[in-house]
Amino acid sequence: MRPGTIHTRSLRKSYQGMRAVCGISLNVEAGEMFGFLGPNGAGKSTTISMLCTLLRPSGGRALVAGIDVRDDPKEVRRRIGLVFQEPTVDTDLTVREYLAFHATLYGLGKHDARRRVAEAADLVGLTGLGDSLVRTLSDSMRRLLEIARGLLHEPGVLFLDEPTVGLNPQARAEIWEHLRELRHRRAITVFLTTHYLEEAEYCDHIAMVDRGRVVADDSPAALKRLIGTDRIHLRTGDDQAAAATLSDYLGLASAWGPDGLYVQVTDAATAIPWVCTVLRVPVHSIEVRRPSLDEVFLRYTGRTLDGAARSGVSP
Amino acid sequence: MTVSACLTTSSRLLHRLLWEARAAHVVWRRELLHSVRNPARLLIALAQPVVYLLVLGTGFAAMLPIHGGYLTYLFPGVLMMAVQTPAIAIGASIAVDREAGFLRETLVAPVHRVSLLAGRCAGGSTVATFQGVLVLGLAGPAHIPYAPKLMIELVAEMALLAFAMTAFVTLLAVVIAPAPTFHAILGFTLTPMTFLSGALFPMGGLPGWLTALMVANPLTYVVDLLRRTIAPYLVPQEPTAGHSPILMELTVTAAVGLLSLLLAALRLARPR
Repeated sequence: MRPGTIHTRSLRKSYQGMRAVCGISLNVEAGEMFGFLGPNGAGKSTTISMLCTLLRPSGGRALVAGIDVRDDPKEVRRRIGLVFQEPTVDTDLTVREYLAFHATLYGLGKHDARRRVAEAADLVGLTGLGDSLVRTLSDSMRRLLEIARGLLHEPGVLFLDEPTVGLNPQARAEIWEHLRELRHRRAITVFLTTHYLEEAEYCDHIAMVDRGRVVADDSPAALKRLIGTDRIHLRTGDDQAAAATLSDYLGLASAWGPDGLYVQVTDAATAIPWVCTVLRVPVHSIEVRRPSLDEVFLRYTGRTLDGAARSGVSP
Repeated sequence: MTVSACLTTSSRLLHRLLWEARAAHVVWRRELLHSVRNPARLLIALAQPVVYLLVLGTGFAAMLPIHGGYLTYLFPGVLMMAVQTPAIAIGASIAVDREAGFLRETLVAPVHRVSLLAGRCAGGSTVATFQGVLVLGLAGPAHIPYAPKLMIELVAEMALLAFAMTAFVTLLAVVIAPAPTFHAILGFTLTPMTFLSGALFPMGGLPGWLTALMVANPLTYVVDLLRRTIAPYLVPQEPTAGHSPILMELTVTAAVGLLSLLLAALRLARPR
């Protein structure tokens, strides 16, 4: 029995002929903080719904905590906690009533329920707010309350679908602080989806997904190492001539798009003086980009993550 | 060996049943807490039947010469409305809850859908019955005696009706998928159904097609049931129209409620 693992092979889901998820294979080890990263509409929520037994896969297999989601959805549900993307808290109940309600649904007796409710509230820093009405809590506290709800039955895997979407940066930081604290105190696998790159950096393992497919799957550090080099973004008076010059004099390959030239170099700091020396066309701006997850995504999909809509980069 | 195996199986079953019962109980309790914390909603739901009784009651009394007085005639219909409004509101809220709310999170809990829906319908019926009881307080002005036996009978019937209505509306809400479509259909059908139930005026002498609609209208039987429960207690005994017996109407109501509950649970259990 491996309580916190998730394995999928060629997991697929179609809605009326539209393919939302087209063959996703993932291996998440127990205790990992796993980030599922991709633009809106990439198939993240659909995948999470299948893993949580809310949607039936059209094909492929998925094992959550060692159990097939199709064979025994009830057993899977008992071992996972799930927090939805849309806020679902009951604003007319108090924090304690809300948590006790869910503890009962998970079959905890009165005594156990009381203890777990206190523990879960403590884990997310809501101790002392037991008698407050949920509607009086801030957005980030409500999110934390939902996370506490997901932890009540001590699941092996906690699924968080876009846990910080719609929150301000301060609230997001607060959520992350508590998530890291949680991993410190509990042996739990966290499977989260996000389209914020800086959040993916906090994960042990990420998979980038685009149009229903996984395009990259490794630790953030390893993925960045793959890109390996710095990138110089140049805006010049004549990009084509500049590209030819760079290739002739410095042996640098460059790619050009509507917003300028991109050149891969090992060390931007030493390369820039050379570039400026050889170029005979006016240079409007030079910008250095260090390896980032955004660059990784760009490399695999030809688009940046936050501006996935701003596609068609190459002419 | 087999005896002990049998015992463990039955104790496991008992444990499971207790778990489900407790789940239904907390869902019921949640529904009550919601009502208690939103007293405005309760008042609005109460306002409608009272307005009907006062405004229609006095306005139509002069126009419709009804044996025994119009207020008395109107009262069963007003009781039905008192129960109907909250029952429909709670049944219908499942349409919204399913897409973005409590139901979504409970659907991942390892409890049977029947328990969740049963708790919810029980909550809806409790709230609705409570409202019915408040309106029942107006029996006096409608010239209906506060006979204890009559009151108990009416409360019991209202509880049953509230349950059947909540369950039936829940079923409709679960089957008619997008919430706005469901609310549109509800708004469109509810008023004519109330008018064609005999709640506001006697249905005799209508054209054939309207009579057909009236016979097909479940609310007709609800009003009839309440009216015939009250009739024997009235001072000038009202002649009771002799169709289906009260017991049968009660059985059909209970069956409709239970069947709706089961079908709704089945529909919810099917993963999309």
